[in-house]
Amino acid sequence: MKTLYDKIWDAHIVVPETDAPAILYIDLHLIHEVTTPQAFTELRRRGLRIRRPDRTFATMDHSIPTTSRSLAGFDEMAAKQVRQLEANCKEFGVPLFDLDSPRQGIVHVIGPELGLTQPGRTMVCGDSHTSTHGAFGALAHGIGTTEVGMVLATQCLLVRKSKNFVVNFDGHLQPGVTAKDMTLALIGKIGTGGGTGGVFEFTGSAVRALDMEARMTICNMSIEGGARAGLIAPDDTTFQYLAGREFSPKGSAWDEALARWKQLPADEGAHYDRSVSLDVSNLEPMITYGTNPGMSIPLTGLVPAPQNAADQAALEYMALVPGQPLLGHPVDVVFIGSCTNSRLSDLRSAARLLRGFKVNPSVRMLVVPGSFEVKRQAEAEGLDRIFKEAGAEWREAGCSMCIAMNGDVVPAGKTSVSTSNRNFEGRQGKGARTLLASPLTAAASAVEGRVADPRRFGGFS
Amino acid sequence: MKFSSRVVCVPRDNIDTDQIIPARFLKVTDKVGIGEHLFEDRPDFRVGKGSDILVAGDNFGCGSSREHAVWALMDFGFKAVISTGFADIFRQNALKNGLLPIAVNRETHALLRPGTLVSIDLASQSLSLESGPTVTFPIDSFSKTCLLENLDELGYILKHEEAISAFESRD
Repeated sequence: MKTLYDKIWDAHIVVPETDAPAILYIDLHLIHEVTTPQAFTELRRRGLRIRRPDRTFATMDHSIPTTSRSLAGFDEMAAKQVRQLEANCKEFGVPLFDLDSPRQGIVHVIGPELGLTQPGRTMVCGDSHTSTHGAFGALAHGIGTTEVGMVLATQCLLVRKSKNFVVNFDGHLQPGVTAKDMTLALIGKIGTGGGTGGVFEFTGSAVRALDMEARMTICNMSIEGGARAGLIAPDDTTFQYLAGREFSPKGSAWDEALARWKQLPADEGAHYDRSVSLDVSNLEPMITYGTNPGMSIPLTGLVPAPQNAADQAALEYMALVPGQPLLGHPVDVVFIGSCTNSRLSDLRSAARLLRGFKVNPSVRMLVVPGSFEVKRQAEAEGLDRIFKEAGAEWREAGCSMCIAMNGDVVPAGKTSVSTSNRNFEGRQGKGARTLLASPLTAAASAVEGRVADPRRFGGFS
Repeated sequence: MKFSSRVVCVPRDNIDTDQIIPARFLKVTDKVGIGEHLFEDRPDFRVGKGSDILVAGDNFGCGSSREHAVWALMDFGFKAVISTGFADIFRQNALKNGLLPIAVNRETHALLRPGTLVSIDLASQSLSLESGPTVTFPIDSFSKTCLLENLDELGYILKHEEAISAFESRD
């Protein structure tokens, strides 16, 4: 009796684990500009080629501008790194979705969108949020640059098997409460190191009820709970999402794939090393108050008393005091974007709340679609007009203010409500104070200029 | 690998890779001089040069997969980091570069103060404190062999070319 993780693992063993880690075959390798230059340098030094350029796809997302799709006049170092990726892809024959490509976007948004992410696949990328792709029942995790080089050269990874860690979400979400709130509640419960050494499998009725984009939000933040990967067993929701996408199997290959994918869910009675359960029926929208994603509270809650020096330092950095409510706390910047929450459904929910309102004059609001395709679809639906008429900035696709490498930064001492995944000190800019929340909570806070409860806006009765 | 050094300490839990090296320093295309920006935005974490061993709190290196964090620590001069626990990706990145991620229990960790003289011997997996205990630390057996015998992990995988080709032909 095997878990989903066991099944994918077993199906990709090239050389089993002994004293040495297993050699695991990697079906798909996604690469981007920031964590690859030194890996290509190493390939050149050793005189190696890429083993499977047909299983490797590149895009640019981390450091690119979102004000335009041109590098002209942009940060010289970032531009040089992007050009290095272009040159590397050309020299080694890797398909590249560059700034001129309609397929460009955040690497974890375009993989699923193009149908590259498929159930049962092993996937890696030099980015910790590769866990996102686990929403399809693909074993996907982040790797370092040395490992990027290894996978480029061999299509394999040296890796030891992780523990099976099941996370069960039961119950039904209340209106105004989202997948983002589920993941913040989980990390709040287990801590940022709670999943270390494990691979999460998310199960339960509340997970089954989520659409693919919401499932991606949950798996995306697996790494914030310490797990290198997070998985959700594929089901009809998964198959419907994948049907007809550019790289999805077609015709009889689709039927064969479907038959294979339906075998992936865990066997009855399969063993898990660890488990945790959450009932989401009474879950409120969640928000973080500290400097790691585990420091979260219900939106109507109070900032808890510090338990140690790190908690104390976090509160000092955030300029918050124990016992204070976050609702009503002044907000300077609102960011809707990142591989966690930049997909069409995220933009739709934020736009639905914003329609007919204005962004508070004290707030700068950025809306950054996750991909060129998300942007195109959002504009076809008129979402861009809602954002622009409300006073938000409507940008080109990229990582933008989640990692603040491209000039999209929160100024020192300012507070942002952000739909991204990390509230680490300085993550959104030196001295920036980040409150992580859902797109709904972010949009509501943009309107009020203070941390606000989206359930007080229309449509959530 | 065998060395002794007086330790320097950043005794905080959950030090993430953004603290170790902020994202704006990831625009490099090489690894040269990256240690200059170690803990750039954390003046409270700045330690003097000259020590081989950094002591940090639990869950060190959580967050992003950036190997730049390991390169920055090594370029600054560290050969080992001692903590009660490491994030998975950071530990892998460290081992692949020869930076020893040494996990000890809370009791041993509590004995480590700035300036404590510590000796580390990878072969015997032992860590000795000046006028204190000697403890053993866990390390992945394969990584240990690679580090001690200067074996190359990429070279190891390449030796299995036949097995990889056989796997691919099954598809």
